[in-house]
Amino acid sequence: MAIYGQIDRQHAAGRAGDVQPERIAMRLLIIEDDRDAADYLVKALREVGHVADVAHDGEDGLALALDGDYDVLIVDRMLPKRDGLAVIGALRAKKVETPVLILSALGQVDDRIKGLRAGGDDYLPKPYSFSELLARVEVLSRRRGGRSEETVYRVGDLVLDRLSHNVTRGGSEIVLQPREFRLLEYLMKHAGQVVTRTMLLENVWDYHFDPQTNVIDVHISRLRSKIDKGYAQPLLHTVRGAGYMIRDGAR
Amino acid sequence: MTALGKLFRTTTFKLTLVYLTVFALFAAFLLGYFALNTRRLITEQITDTVDAEITGLSEQYRQGGIRRLVLVIEERSRRPGSSLYLLTTFTGETLAGNVGSLAAGVLERTGWAETVYRRHEETEGAEHQALVRVFLLPGGFRLLVGRDLDERERLYDIIVSAGRWSVALVIVLGLAGGLFVTRRVLRRVDAMTETARTIMTGDLSGRLPVAGSGDEIDRLAENLNLMLERIEALMHGLKEVSDNIAHDLKTPLTRLRNRCEEALRGERSDVEYRAALEQTIEESDRLISTFNALLMIARAESGQARDNMAELDAAELARGVCELYEPLAEERGIALTVEAPAPTPLKGNRELVSQALANLVDNAIKYGGPPQPAAALADGEADKPVDQPAEPARPAAIVVRVASEGDRVLLSVADNGPGIPEADRAHAVERFVRLEQSRSMPGSGLGLSLAAAVARLHGGELILEDNQPGLKSIIALPRDGPVQMRNDAAGQNLSGPDLSRQDRS
Repeated sequence: MAIYGQIDRQHAAGRAGDVQPERIAMRLLIIEDDRDAADYLVKALREVGHVADVAHDGEDGLALALDGDYDVLIVDRMLPKRDGLAVIGALRAKKVETPVLILSALGQVDDRIKGLRAGGDDYLPKPYSFSELLARVEVLSRRRGGRSEETVYRVGDLVLDRLSHNVTRGGSEIVLQPREFRLLEYLMKHAGQVVTRTMLLENVWDYHFDPQTNVIDVHISRLRSKIDKGYAQPLLHTVRGAGYMIRDGAR
Repeated sequence: MTALGKLFRTTTFKLTLVYLTVFALFAAFLLGYFALNTRRLITEQITDTVDAEITGLSEQYRQGGIRRLVLVIEERSRRPGSSLYLLTTFTGETLAGNVGSLAAGVLERTGWAETVYRRHEETEGAEHQALVRVFLLPGGFRLLVGRDLDERERLYDIIVSAGRWSVALVIVLGLAGGLFVTRRVLRRVDAMTETARTIMTGDLSGRLPVAGSGDEIDRLAENLNLMLERIEALMHGLKEVSDNIAHDLKTPLTRLRNRCEEALRGERSDVEYRAALEQTIEESDRLISTFNALLMIARAESGQARDNMAELDAAELARGVCELYEPLAEERGIALTVEAPAPTPLKGNRELVSQALANLVDNAIKYGGPPQPAAALADGEADKPVDQPAEPARPAAIVVRVASEGDRVLLSVADNGPGIPEADRAHAVERFVRLEQSRSMPGSGLGLSLAAAVARLHGGELILEDNQPGLKSIIALPRDGPVQMRNDAAGQNLSGPDLSRQDRS
């Protein structure tokens, strides 16, 4: 699995300042037995405006998760007292549907499948970059809003119709390849949120391996040339050190 | 354990004992049977002789009465080797015959009897065994006719003692032979054990002794030697891999560390610190992806991902991978085309096969593209004659093809770049090997190794061929997935025949 922590100089250069995602404060629960890692996460999450509680074993974690109203749970796969997957299983059995991001040192494909089958919503192998974790947590949290129900996505004057597979900007039609359409669809579904290259590779292409070269960047720049070229206001932004985001900067 | 104790504990010796017991019992039974039958036969002969005598005597009696009988008996008694005769009156007085004394009561019962007796002339000495028949004649006379049984007893004794001796001989010879054979086997097994011990202490070059007789122990030794060879090769490979890991992980780690130290040395601006940290993260990300690739290969080679195989369409899979890389290829000025017209069913792990194919495509884009003058010059190759003007510029093209060949599915990636020299091809598949020219390119150097490991996991192979010009990498997979039993044999032959085949092309 690729860890895209690399700095995207190519696209970051020449842009005036970083584009900030729309951030809504979240309440998170971190179930992680490594205290250093947990403390680091709490601190880093606080810096971007989220509040996180910590449990250091499976039992405490389960108790907190059942009591508290959290937006997302970040659960380590291997925990003392109760295994991470068992915690998720117990929560789901009690109809607690809080989104869960599984953290695991086991990064292999079948392990990920096991995690998702146990009721996890996303899976992040260790070691991870914080920007990757943050992006995934924010996307998970947004899922509760239910944007996936909408049939038409709008960002600024860019409109994507999911049923007719039609994309227009400012009323003029943009012709996209099927994969470009899916890429834009995923970006617009999470408009205002950072989407990492790994997330794109997983969700748009359904690949969970490291393609060695940053192929996603090339796809993005192609898409960008189709939707942003010739318009004063760019919509598809590169977020330094994290990934991409589509948002109406004028808002 | 003492040497003798060890000897007695061996399977050979135990087998010897079992056989020995069986043979000894058989010999004893045979001789016993023989002895008893001989005895019965002699008894029958004696009975016949006695009956003949009686017939003769009764003839004499009929002709001349008791008087004649007495005379005949007297006369016969005196012949050498005569039968036994005794004629008594009703009072028990001896009238004629050569029997001196008899066991008590023998004369009282008529018919056959075995008894002890002494002859007239012998007053002392041992009594003899005899088989006699007693008749009651008119007038109270009793006639006894019999034969000595000494001969029979002697013969019986001879057979019995011969039996004893032969059983004893069987046991002695059997034990000696058993010990001899056991010692021989034991010596060979001990030699093997000794070699095994030295191998266990870490000297993998040891081989089990082969006597050359082609027997079962030799066959075992030969097979174990083959196994040892394979293990030695694997251990050698492992050592090489760990050396490579040490090199390829330690080099970036050293770089990482140096960069941190450098950043800490002296006063620096925030921008410089930030840049140093960003570089550190970048470097550690590369390390992690190298590490992940290594883990992936290890897992693929141990066959753990085998349970995730499903029916898939290889053509669809190839199109997916190419679609992912197509913009990148275009950006580099390379034409990437797919030739996968028909759906091609294949049993495999989509993720892994995709990754393997992606690695080949990635390699082809990186190394198979048009020559990059900047990189070539920067790489200290200035002393080499610059042959770029001589080589006509050809448009770089990569063709990904999916084809069926018998019961195999071939996924091939062909470029028209510089290719890999024939001598380096087998080497190129090894982990971490990056051919000298490509050391400056990004990448973990594990792409081909991973593709080869994935192919092996599926019971197939990775073949590198000359594309004239360029390199053609082929992932050949059995359509129906790996055959569990076949896999080990295929793995053993992988680096041998399969690579030699491409040399011919």
